Amino acid sequence: MSRNDPAADYDGPPDYRVIGRHALFPQTSHDEIERINFLAQMNRHLAANVVPGVKQAYEKRVVPAFEAAEGRPIANRHEAREALLADPAFQTWSAMRRMTMEQRQQAGRWTALRQSEQLAEKARELTEGDDRLKLDPALQQPRYVSAVDHHCMPGSYHTEYFPGDVTNGANYDHAGFVTTSGLLGKYSDGGGHAVARWVKRNLPDFQPRQILEIGGTVGHSSLPLAQAFPEAEMTIVDLGAPVLRYGLGRAKSLGVDNVRFVQASGEDLSIFPDASFDWIQTTMFLHELSTGSLRRIMAETRRLLKPGGIVLHVEQPQYAPEMPLFEQAMRDWDAYYNNEPFWSRMHEMDLDAEMIAAGFERDQLIHGGVTAVVDRDLFPDAADDDKEDYGRKAAWHVIGATV
Amino acid sequence: MSIADALRGAGAKPAGKRPYFLDAEVERVLAITMSIAQELAVSRQRTDTLERLLLEKGVLSQGEIDAFVPDRAAATERALWNQEYIARILRIVQQENEAVGRPDDIASEDVAVEVGAES
Ligand SMILES: C[S@@+](CC[C@H](N)C(=O)[O-])C[C@H]1O[C@@H](n2cnc3c(N)ncnc32)[C@H](O)[C@@H]1O
Repeated sequence: MSRNDPAADYDGPPDYRVIGRHALFPQTSHDEIERINFLAQMNRHLAANVVPGVKQAYEKRVVPAFEAAEGRPIANRHEAREALLADPAFQTWSAMRRMTMEQRQQAGRWTALRQSEQLAEKARELTEGDDRLKLDPALQQPRYVSAVDHHCMPGSYHTEYFPGDVTNGANYDHAGFVTTSGLLGKYSDGGGHAVARWVKRNLPDFQPRQILEIGGTVGHSSLPLAQAFPEAEMTIVDLGAPVLRYGLGRAKSLGVDNVRFVQASGEDLSIFPDASFDWIQTTMFLHELSTGSLRRIMAETRRLLKPGGIVLHVEQPQYAPEMPLFEQAMRDWDAYYNNEPFWSRMHEMDLDAEMIAAGFERDQLIHGGVTAVVDRDLFPDAADDDKEDYGRKAAWHVIGATV
Repeated sequence: MSIADALRGAGAKPAGKRPYFLDAEVERVLAITMSIAQELAVSRQRTDTLERLLLEKGVLSQGEIDAFVPDRAAATERALWNQEYIARILRIVQQENEAVGRPDDIASEDVAVEVGAES
């Protein structure tokens, strides 16, 4: 610690104004920016300064009270979470974490909605007549998407408020900074750059021509792959029209042209023939599905891979017996209180077994880990960050396979 | 989209029943308080921006704000503003305390019955 020099000691999100903009990025007033700055700091404060108190309450109050009442230790993460629910430290942290998410949605939606017509007009100019945007208005949203709005984002990724609308893409893109506190970097694409770097390091001879990302949303995790392999053609599939429309406009404005955006479900990609892709990627995607759709999507990836191709799924770490029950219960918070209903189940699944059931060979499975790759002069680096924000940190596991 | 629609849409409830961690009354008040805390931060940053711009343009000089001493009249105006402000936000405390001194206070609801009676 350098004495009494607050700037040298600063540890926290950068000012929002370092964020990278593009043609479809919404305009943000001074006060809208400061709202985002405040909310990013709230999340950091909760993770850095409030969570340690919750942990202490768990150890000093929750566990002893449970053991006194039941005459045995807490057996699993569900019991741990239910016991935590009665503790004031967990209650206060939870209430504020939930409110911060609600405030973030309100702030971001206001900014996007108040200029939704201008944004739609820009999206039209950028994408009209471009065959790299293929929408399917007849596509039905599955129950796991429509039942509750993921991470309390009203209207989710797919709702259109008028024809040509991109509001929900604009909200997701510009205000996601609140949740990640800048850990995903200038274009919120630190996850994608991490995956591209991982592939270049671990598979130095791999030269993909056709790359597919399922659940690519506005392209945060996809464009870095297209940029890392400029000879390749990148296909981004998603269920939501507003995010895809926004995604193509964003890509073009950022000068990334070897991409196309297709509205379809990863459960049924019969629009593509067998063995169409060298590389199939999903990033922070599996946890927003359901057991059945995860299986169907894995089977589709097997069918669509060319011989010698790879599939990679990037996700938060799975629950394992070595992971303390407190950490597991905290990681489950998003499942129960932030509208991520598949999060808990997905993170306890035996993904190796699921991959094998989908037709991959055990000895061809891939396991690894990545942290977000960001411009370190301006953004915090997740690899150096010892704070744990349970499920939101920019440090992920990789599971995949070659065929 | 009209401003009214955008405002309503911005605050829209996401699909999915809201969990409560505290008594609903407490959580409601805390949610309002946290939004006000957010807006206070926004105002504070706006003032800071203004100060920095004035500094840059040479209207203010470094340290002038911290060294500022209001003259007698300004100090009084500012002190009064603080008193008025506190009185406004603590209205309920004042009124609950006044009520302690009015044990015979009667509710309008009861007076309605009384004054509406036939005789
Ligand atoms: C959490 S986001 C993914 C984030 C993105 N990969 C990134 O890292 O920036 C999940 C996305 O998956 C999409 N999605 C959900 N189910 C899907 C399905 N069956 N097929 C295609 N996309 C799906 C959603 O519309 C949403 O855009």
